[in-house]
Amino acid sequence: MSEDKLLEQFEKRIEAGEIIEPKDWMPDRYRKQLIRMMSQHAHSEVVGMLPEGNWITRAPSLRRKMVLLAKVQDEAGHGLYIYSATETLGIDRAELIQQLLDGTAKYSSIFNYPTLSWADMGVIGWFVDGAAIVNQTMLAKCSYGPYARAMVRICKEENFHKKQGYEITATLANGTPEQHEMIQDAVNRWWWQSLMMFGPSDKDSPNSAELMRWKVKLKSNDELRQRFVDLTVPQAKAVNLTLPDPDLKLNEETGHYEYGKINWDEFWNVVKGNGPMNKERIRARIDAHENGRWVREAAIAYSEKNQKNN
Amino acid sequence: MAELSKEKSEWKVWEVFTQLKTGEPHIHAGNVHAPDAEMALQNARDVYSRRNEAVSLWVVPADQLVATSPSDSGPFFEPANDKIYRHPQFYKIPKGVRGF
Amino acid sequence: MSYKLNNDVRSALFEYLLRLGDDKLILGHRLSEWCGHAPILEEDIALTNIALDCVGQASAFLTLAAELENKGRSEDDLAYLRNEIQFKNLLLLEQLNKDFAYTIARQFFYSSFGIYFFQDLAKCKFEPLAGISSKTIKETSYHLRHCKEWMLRLGDGTEESHNKAQEAVNDLWRFTEELFFKNEIDELLIQENILIDSNPLKQKWRDYVEEILTQATLQIPQNENMQIGGRHGIHTEHLGHLLAEMQILARSYPNAKW
Repeated sequence: MSEDKLLEQFEKRIEAGEIIEPKDWMPDRYRKQLIRMMSQHAHSEVVGMLPEGNWITRAPSLRRKMVLLAKVQDEAGHGLYIYSATETLGIDRAELIQQLLDGTAKYSSIFNYPTLSWADMGVIGWFVDGAAIVNQTMLAKCSYGPYARAMVRICKEENFHKKQGYEITATLANGTPEQHEMIQDAVNRWWWQSLMMFGPSDKDSPNSAELMRWKVKLKSNDELRQRFVDLTVPQAKAVNLTLPDPDLKLNEETGHYEYGKINWDEFWNVVKGNGPMNKERIRARIDAHENGRWVREAAIAYSEKNQKNN
Repeated sequence: MAELSKEKSEWKVWEVFTQLKTGEPHIHAGNVHAPDAEMALQNARDVYSRRNEAVSLWVVPADQLVATSPSDSGPFFEPANDKIYRHPQFYKIPKGVRGF
Repeated sequence: MSYKLNNDVRSALFEYLLRLGDDKLILGHRLSEWCGHAPILEEDIALTNIALDCVGQASAFLTLAAELENKGRSEDDLAYLRNEIQFKNLLLLEQLNKDFAYTIARQFFYSSFGIYFFQDLAKCKFEPLAGISSKTIKETSYHLRHCKEWMLRLGDGTEESHNKAQEAVNDLWRFTEELFFKNEIDELLIQENILIDSNPLKQKWRDYVEEILTQATLQIPQNENMQIGGRHGIHTEHLGHLLAEMQILARSYPNAKW
């Protein structure tokens, strides 16, 4: 069958809502786009362990210590599920990691910001995981089987992440005046960056149209961002916190919250590598990988010796 | 594939199957990387069952799994058109007979 | 909750529970330092799993201790507001994560003790303590399985891993005698029939550790210069830094809830 015919059949399958599995025929661009998207997602989970990991040893109660540990552990697990799903497309995890460490692959730029206070733990769970949930809920219905299935698993675990973040937020907001100030400051530092997580408006996003046609992306960046804003504004009101946007107001007609202008220059600058923590995040991942090399090698050497003996 | 394996520090891929409750079949959950079977089992439990989601785990080196290809699905799965008698709808059960 | 215990016994039990709770807390804390930095993603998950179990057990022991003390302190007060001299954990557990071999050797020495120790403790006559110990056994056996497999792979892996494993074993060996430390607190609890006398424990531990180290092609250190002090609050310098980090928020914001 000709490439054109195959492509036609493939797109008919997508249109009919069929799920594409690893060994099905797929256009090379579909495979490439998925590898890019999925590996970026996996890298984000793994790098995403670092901002919160920064506060594990300073968690202020035994319960918070355990919950934060469990959350960061989940993020490692999520990275793993998605690397695992990406490998079904015919690429090694080793190669994906190499791309992250040498800077050719990207990860969500939100993780290039520093966590400066315990309150950041609240806001990250509430905003960053909250944004991730909006995105992942959509991806759970995407056309590529292994990715969709990984998303379903992740969505189940992610709900606890947002809840614990909001719980920390509420505790601080209703706590001492110093605690309230701490959480309000964190909100001020993370709000706009969280809105940027959804990416620029699709007209400025080169990949969106194709991804939508192939049902890898089912909603536009702006739609998802709007959903996140609409969910979050009442949540902020409920705990007496203000979002740092003087232009934020409810449009009575549409039922949606209008918000102010996002500073996309900052976004692109961070994507380029000039954010506050880009270098440190990659350095941490390089160190873990390099310092752990002797450990991984030892395990392989042992297993080879034992195979010889069997 | 990657040139990096020449360093001998990359672990093999193992596919993981989990049984959620006794009596149910094992379902494919994803993969883990591990140097051998014992570590693969431990890793699989930590990754896919740390919330007690499984009562049993199977791990298989990915290169040991043999699978059909979509292009096989013709003769492999479809009964030929003259063998419709495999389908239960083509049997008439006399009225009054229970259990079907 | 008021347990029917005389003051001396109550006091001894409280002290005993601090030891157990502090052991788990300090060990859990050290393990948690690996999160995001482990040699491979699967090990990030595995080490964090052990850390979580330890902190969970710490919480159980310290909660019971606080109840016994009956002075209105909570498990968080005990964890976050006591100073170095008041902590009763083993010196072994506060040692630094110098590298993966140190972490594994530390865990191996501790868990191979724990598997026997908590089996004994699960038979103790003070029911709440027996209950917590019972739950700990399953987790401990999983931790032991993990670190024993790593001892074998590091010891009998590459030359580099063998050397690092041997160095860790040599360095941490001097803290192992303290695992079997007993003083009048233990004596009193044994006398009152609350604890059973676990003297054979040391030999069982020794036999098991020797078996695994030998299989891992590692030498058992001959140096018998042992270090104790943790049970009396006389720690190494490491604990001070650990607590400074761990307790900073609780101490900076007195009376705040988190």
